[in-house]
Amino acid sequence: MTRLLLVAAALLILALPAIADNYVLRVATTMLMYSALALGWNFIGGFAGYPSFATAAFFGLGAYASGVLQTKGLPMVAAWLLAGAIAALFAAALGRAILHLRGHYFAIASLVVAEVLREVTNSATDLTGGGMGLNLPVLSADVTTQARLFYYATFVVAATALATAALVARDRLGFGLRCIQQNEDAAIVLGINTRRYKVVAFTLSAVFPGLCGAIYASWVNYIDPTDVYDVLLSVKPIVMVLLGGAGTVLGAVYGAFLFLLMEELVWRNLLEFHAGLLGIIVVCLVLFLPHGLRGGGWAFWRGRMGEAAP
Amino acid sequence: MVYVQVLVNGLVLGGLYCAIAVGFSLVWGVLNVINILHGSLIILGSYAAFFAYQYLNIDPFLFVPAAAALLFCLGYLTQLVFINPVMASPVLITLTLTFGLNLLLYNLMILAFKADFRKVILSPPLGSINLGGVIVPIDRLISMAFALALVGLLYALLRGSRIGRAIVAVRMDREAAQLMGVKVARIYAITFGLGAAMAGAAGSLFSVMFPISPEMANALLFKAFVICVLGGLGSVPGVMIGGLTLGTIESYSALFIGPEYSVTVSFTLLILLLMFRPTGIMGRRGFQ
Amino acid sequence: MSAMLRLVNVFRRFGGLVAVNDISFELRAGEIVGLIGPNGAGKTTLVNLITGVHRPGGGEIWYGRERIDRLSPDRIARRGIARTFQIVQPFPHMTVLENVAGGALFAGGAPTIREAKDRAMEHLEFTGLSALAERPASALTLANRKRLELAKSLATNPRLLLLDEVNAGLNAAEIDAALDLTRMIAERGITILLIEHMMKVVLTVTSRVLVLHHGELIADDTPGTVTRDPRVIEAYLGPKFATRYGSAAP
Repeated sequence: MTRLLLVAAALLILALPAIADNYVLRVATTMLMYSALALGWNFIGGFAGYPSFATAAFFGLGAYASGVLQTKGLPMVAAWLLAGAIAALFAAALGRAILHLRGHYFAIASLVVAEVLREVTNSATDLTGGGMGLNLPVLSADVTTQARLFYYATFVVAATALATAALVARDRLGFGLRCIQQNEDAAIVLGINTRRYKVVAFTLSAVFPGLCGAIYASWVNYIDPTDVYDVLLSVKPIVMVLLGGAGTVLGAVYGAFLFLLMEELVWRNLLEFHAGLLGIIVVCLVLFLPHGLRGGGWAFWRGRMGEAAP
Repeated sequence: MVYVQVLVNGLVLGGLYCAIAVGFSLVWGVLNVINILHGSLIILGSYAAFFAYQYLNIDPFLFVPAAAALLFCLGYLTQLVFINPVMASPVLITLTLTFGLNLLLYNLMILAFKADFRKVILSPPLGSINLGGVIVPIDRLISMAFALALVGLLYALLRGSRIGRAIVAVRMDREAAQLMGVKVARIYAITFGLGAAMAGAAGSLFSVMFPISPEMANALLFKAFVICVLGGLGSVPGVMIGGLTLGTIESYSALFIGPEYSVTVSFTLLILLLMFRPTGIMGRRGFQ
Repeated sequence: MSAMLRLVNVFRRFGGLVAVNDISFELRAGEIVGLIGPNGAGKTTLVNLITGVHRPGGGEIWYGRERIDRLSPDRIARRGIARTFQIVQPFPHMTVLENVAGGALFAGGAPTIREAKDRAMEHLEFTGLSALAERPASALTLANRKRLELAKSLATNPRLLLLDEVNAGLNAAEIDAALDLTRMIAERGITILLIEHMMKVVLTVTSRVLVLHHGELIADDTPGTVTRDPRVIEAYLGPKFATRYGSAAP
């Protein structure tokens, strides 16, 4: 049954540009991007149980890597792919440095990384434009074509993220990460190379946000450090996964969908207090909806890791 | 001679940093909660002091107890209503919660006070004194004295009073404390309230030394974190060491690299510490 | 017969405390050897050193022809050294079967999760847990958790098994059952190092006993000899008893 739904959803998503206007397409692109971010975070936060706040770092790094490469003349899609690779490499290196930390220490370390990257980007004015931001080369195509391009590109990233998550869940990597999440010391004794597994999970949690950042940069044509390294980009995916009820891979997608719905319907118009309202949502979510909207809940973080299907 | 001046600057700054960090350390050490609100609470205290000075003509130094009291109540209620329910939850949950609470408080402050910087300008200004060639602004000196006094007061409270003993007991072994009849939920609320009170008091002092704006909240939070990691978690002497060390490091780096990099210095120091020595200078393990 | 495990002058300190001081001994294939000593003697530290949780401050640890004292714990596990923990360490929200499958899948070398689960089932039958295969590990009684711990380590296909106080907290009947299991494991050809507090266990099932005291090896002999060794008695009961009971006829 689920397979059927998934196929139907995929077909609908693919066909959307033919039936929807640019505004709807834009919203849908955001939805797909949110899904990719949430799925990405799920590798390290969900599977491995490490509370990472580094998503913003990877997103911003991807955005700037792609932007800078394009200003140097690299074609857009090549820049995207390279940016994703750069984010992955950065995560692999960073992971070696901070994944031995646990709990709060890891969380704060991952949080600080985005801030450090932001400061560095701000200072490297020659390369990145510093605080004045970076302008990306504009595409020579009409608005509708561009909308479709970014839509499909984001869809590819999100679909890849979902497929990867499903594969990992069934594979020994997923099993091992689950063991690490529930009892890391016991996992080591059973022969799991926890260091390597965690680095892999961390890298996976970087590649998709990195690609999203790259696409985002081309989409909006202008980025600045405060914008793409915004800590909210780290917090929102977590909220999405919590909303969707952690414990399943598709939960991340449901959560992204619900979150976007709330964002578009409820508080988009209160631009000034946007972040404050997010704060209220987060507080309410944590206090009143311990199982997200689909079940799974905090017990998840102490253990369960489901299969790919809901 | 320059180096002595820089050192003194660093120590004076460090004193204030101790006050900034001690509330954060208390909450983290006893509740195992990283209080993301901490920076915003400090700024709230600063604003309270600023407005008290502007409209009621109360000297920020004299306002310290009032700021502490106000924020104690806020902190107490916050813990009781919002955080106590999730105390048994994993790190991610409590962290996300205090994140959400901070988003709320931070943005409320921006809404109320706007993001422009305010500064408390004491009139008449207090000037500086010259201690053997080293110049120290008097307001900073008094701030440092107050800050250290506050930290000392907290230390005495924790060691001497019944509530303080209960707090320490809960920190060491929550279940044993419960068996001893300690009402843990209330202790949690009091501890968080104390942490907030220290933040408020520090904010009051801070308003004299630096311009205030909600944007400072993040930087203050990170400084508090660095100090806790530097000095080792959960002990007042640790906070002293961490605070004075950070103040000194920042002072020297301001001399060599420039003051606009102070935040970057904190961050880099933090990352390096976490990578190589998360137990800090004192080598004591914090709550994992 | 060459030694399976060989410790040579192994030394480890923690801050000011010397936990393990100049320890040398051998384990030969197929033996069941006991490791006893008063609390704080360094027994668990020794196990931690062998399994790679801590690095020795000095000395060497040899496993067959390979020196292992610098390897990480997961690599040592993959080489066939398994251990149980004094305080059991299950994966609480995974089923009993999955817990054991974890052992089979990683250090045990099973190629797929399916295969690992099949092998896990065999180990569950061996330890008498097959009826509980689908229960979450957190729902087990203590005795069964200890069996689960054992099953997990067996699933890793060890040649050397370090059992750290497997009998703590068990009643007499449960201990007897555990002893039978231990013998059956040895019959499969697995060398066992048994850390124990209970003399009954040590005397019944081991062929040789090592005695640790304040981090030093004070005896290495058959159970009968060791229990009459005055130094051992002194270590446990103090000097007064040593003179009274030491080297007296049985």
